[in-house]
Amino acid sequence: MRSEIGASMMQNRKSPVAWLQAAPMMLVFTLFFLLPLVFVTIVSAWDYNEYEMIPAFSLRGYTDTFEGCIAGLPDLCTILKTYLKTLKLCLLTWSLTLVIGFTVAYFLAFHVRSKTWQIVLTLLCTIPFWTSNVIRMIAWIPLLGRNGLVNKGLEGAGLIQQPLEWLLFSEFSVVLALVHLFTFFMVVPIFNSMIRIDKRLIEAAYDAGATGWQTLTNIVIPLAKPGIVIGSIFVITIVMGDFVTIGVMGGQQIASAGKIIESRLNALQFPAAAANAVILLGITILIISSLTRIIDIRKEL
Amino acid sequence: MGEKRPRSFYFLAAFFTAYVLFLYGPMFAIYILSFQGPDGGLTFPMNGVSLQWFGKVFSGTGIVDIGAAFKRSLELGLVVMVLTVVLSVSAGMAFRKSFRGATFLFYVAIASLIMPSIITSLGIALEFRLLDDFIIKHGAEGWTTAMGLFTSGLGAHLTWTLPFGLLIMFAIFNRFDSRLEEAARDLGATPWQTFLHVVLPIILPSVVGIGLFGFTLSWDELARSSQAIGSVNTLPLELQGLTTTVTKPDIYALGTLTSAVSFLVIFLALMVILVLQARQRRHGSDAGKGMV
Repeated sequence: MRSEIGASMMQNRKSPVAWLQAAPMMLVFTLFFLLPLVFVTIVSAWDYNEYEMIPAFSLRGYTDTFEGCIAGLPDLCTILKTYLKTLKLCLLTWSLTLVIGFTVAYFLAFHVRSKTWQIVLTLLCTIPFWTSNVIRMIAWIPLLGRNGLVNKGLEGAGLIQQPLEWLLFSEFSVVLALVHLFTFFMVVPIFNSMIRIDKRLIEAAYDAGATGWQTLTNIVIPLAKPGIVIGSIFVITIVMGDFVTIGVMGGQQIASAGKIIESRLNALQFPAAAANAVILLGITILIISSLTRIIDIRKEL
Repeated sequence: MGEKRPRSFYFLAAFFTAYVLFLYGPMFAIYILSFQGPDGGLTFPMNGVSLQWFGKVFSGTGIVDIGAAFKRSLELGLVVMVLTVVLSVSAGMAFRKSFRGATFLFYVAIASLIMPSIITSLGIALEFRLLDDFIIKHGAEGWTTAMGLFTSGLGAHLTWTLPFGLLIMFAIFNRFDSRLEEAARDLGATPWQTFLHVVLPIILPSVVGIGLFGFTLSWDELARSSQAIGSVNTLPLELQGLTTTVTKPDIYALGTLTSAVSFLVIFLALMVILVLQARQRRHGSDAGKGMV
């Protein structure tokens, strides 16, 4: 097949061989991603009782979720409060990972001049990503616990009399752990956008009398925008659906959009879990589609 | 290098150093604490030094059957690694040509990557539950469940590792000189020979990288398999369960062991990549003189 056509023509021909090469991956995604999503949507509109789902149309999964939302006004119902809390954690994590990720990527892309060093330092940032998230969460316990290093240090310095309780198993520790785990997802795409920036543009700006800050806001940030958007999508979707980090670092006490689904599942209320998943998915898609308005993903990868 | 560094360099270098300390500091805290003495607790200071907590992990006292979970995670990781490499390379080759559904597959892969893990996990759990109900209804005697480590669990892991594999393949072929393939074809090589003797040797270091991602992401995967693994647990799931119950440093010892496996795999993969690249440079230079 391929031997007969030149490379340039290949672009325009549909190749059955290529289709077969891609088929196994497509099959895996169909079986374990697309079909499951279909089932989530279907089951979300099923009825259920204490221990099983009943394949009959019912919106109980949704109505149970929003129970008390109208009756309880002006107080916010549980689901809205939970989503607001999730959004808050999401926003905090997003802004922190963005600032840290951007700064780290900027250093790697513009200040590390030797290729070897660039690879070594990038690897240094990547290695933790290849190790366990749970361990990286547990790792905060000896530092932030009641008798942890931070409390001991502050007490030793005479800054506090009693150990700070909000350091661990709190929203603070959740955000800290999320930033710790997921800044990597910001660094990589932003770095990737930055190394494509023509260094002569920056020199030109400098020669034309731009300050460092002007160069940053007028040249680097606009050109790094695709990376910023891709990194933001990663971080936002991860945090919106997270239940592991919030569970472990929140001492299983903080509710989140992901944790609702988990607890519904543990209670074997599958349609309710599915309804919550559909709601979460809707909100996530909304956020992503407003972000992708800014860039065309396919062009950037 | 000769140029003088601007002042911002020192600020950013300090920031970067702080970030790296932030990344590694806590991890090293638990590696050290896993050697805690017999009377030591979950926090500093060290109360003597011992290997007792490692012994506890191996003997299994106090902790669930870690050995079995270890073995399960290792086996699953290896299977995920092989499948991720084979499917990603194959699909990556396909994307160099054009095929029906290419754009669709691309967007599905991206969607799978950024889909909140709990939704994927729930979906797979529902799928297998419905499948079980269907099989039982149609009279399979004594059928329990199709859910398991190498069915639903494997699928859940692949939805996470395959997108990374595919994106790495895209990155590889962005830099790939397709004239090399044309040359092979002109010399009469079949497509398979071209792949085996020209393309594969060139992309091999990056393929090892895909394997590295495949294994480590599976070895540490938690969120996607949480609902979709069936009755047995992988190591990260056991570890997560322990966080709420264990109050002794054996959890650190387990964490240290798990990380040791990760670091060993990372080290081996990077070594292989370096060796392959060095070999390419040696042999590549010869070929360069003759052909280009």
